[in-house]
Amino acid sequence: MIEFYLDSRSGVSPYLQLVQQVRQALRLGLLHEGDQLPTVKDVVAGLAINPNTVLKAYRELEHEGLVAARQGVGTFVTKTLAGDSLAAHGPLRRDLRRWLAGARKAGLDDESIEALFMTTFRTASQEDIA
Amino acid sequence: MTSVLQAQALGKKYGRRWALRECTVDIPAGHVVGLVGPNGAGKTTLLKLAGGQLEPTAGGITVLGGRPAAGPAQLAKVGFVAQDTPVYAGLTVAEHLRLGARLNPRWDDALARERIARLGLAPDQRAGRLSGGQRAQLALTLGLAKRPELLILDEPVASLDPLARREFLQGLMEATVEHAFSVVLSSHLVSDLERICDFLIVLADSRVRVAGEVERLLACHHRLSGPRRDPDRLSAGQQVISARHTDRQSTYVIRTDAPIHDPAWTVTRLSLEDLVLAYMDKRIAEDRPVALEVR
Repeated sequence: MIEFYLDSRSGVSPYLQLVQQVRQALRLGLLHEGDQLPTVKDVVAGLAINPNTVLKAYRELEHEGLVAARQGVGTFVTKTLAGDSLAAHGPLRRDLRRWLAGARKAGLDDESIEALFMTTFRTASQEDIA
Repeated sequence: MTSVLQAQALGKKYGRRWALRECTVDIPAGHVVGLVGPNGAGKTTLLKLAGGQLEPTAGGITVLGGRPAAGPAQLAKVGFVAQDTPVYAGLTVAEHLRLGARLNPRWDDALARERIARLGLAPDQRAGRLSGGQRAQLALTLGLAKRPELLILDEPVASLDPLARREFLQGLMEATVEHAFSVVLSSHLVSDLERICDFLIVLADSRVRVAGEVERLLACHHRLSGPRRDPDRLSAGQQVISARHTDRQSTYVIRTDAPIHDPAWTVTRLSLEDLVLAYMDKRIAEDRPVALEVR
């Protein structure tokens, strides 16, 4: 079982924070197939949030095929995200380190690197959409 | 039945002063509605009109399809927890429950007892000896055990410390999961309500400034900042909610359903608090049309 938390300063909507926390737990192998997610009542009582927020997050996860609701029992993990992509992390991280070293050599400081990465990331995802 | 509260050009006047005017809202059932605004904005007036403790001066209001406080059936459907945790200081916790049972036809005694036990309140304790948080929880228990279809709470957490505030809201939210009822609660602090409400009404200067589902409101409001530009040069369909200018820069909060393509603007998401503050910005409030959510 995992426990949710909310970061009110993150600017990310609460429902999305719940979704991301489940996805991350799946990626890191904290949640496995068959594990139960906290009940809506437990999440609501723990975080003092609107029930619809939790329902929406769980619906979204269900839509993504990551969990399934069993009537009257609860919501269960049906898929794991760790695995295939995990193997690719190593080489990608090496590439990224090489790139970071290049950026430092060119004289970029932390903020400039972050800004460059984020704008490129956003432009690339926008181009993917378009 | 899909509306918990419908108001049509609703107004209330005290002497020569309008406490609430031209209030038109339609709140669908199944929401936790946050009523936000500065002190004296008309929040309590609107809630009391909904509870039937006040009669409108103008316009009309229906609550759960009926006229507020029209009869026993209507009274049984609506719970009202007034400001400052209304309990009787001289009565014990158990006496409060007995009173609740006598006064409310749909009284859920099991719920009341279970809640009191879970909160650790001693039945023979006088309400006057309880802490502020405990008094608030007792008042909430009475409101919940009435098993209303709509529970109205006027500034329920204003006087509570942060821990008691959180425990109160946890209890309230947990109850909405168990007993599926609608909630309307007011606060002058949007941060109190940010996590729990999914429908928002902003009141300022006796008028509704904006009303709608929180998610939709957040999706269609944006902050634009960029080189200075006059409002009449904004795209059509971008309604200005607030505007600030320096000699070089402009920052707008706008409402639009269309995507913003203009590359000159840096577009950022608003927090609920930013959104509320933008609507309270008095400088352009006067000529801003009231933005109502249309269902």
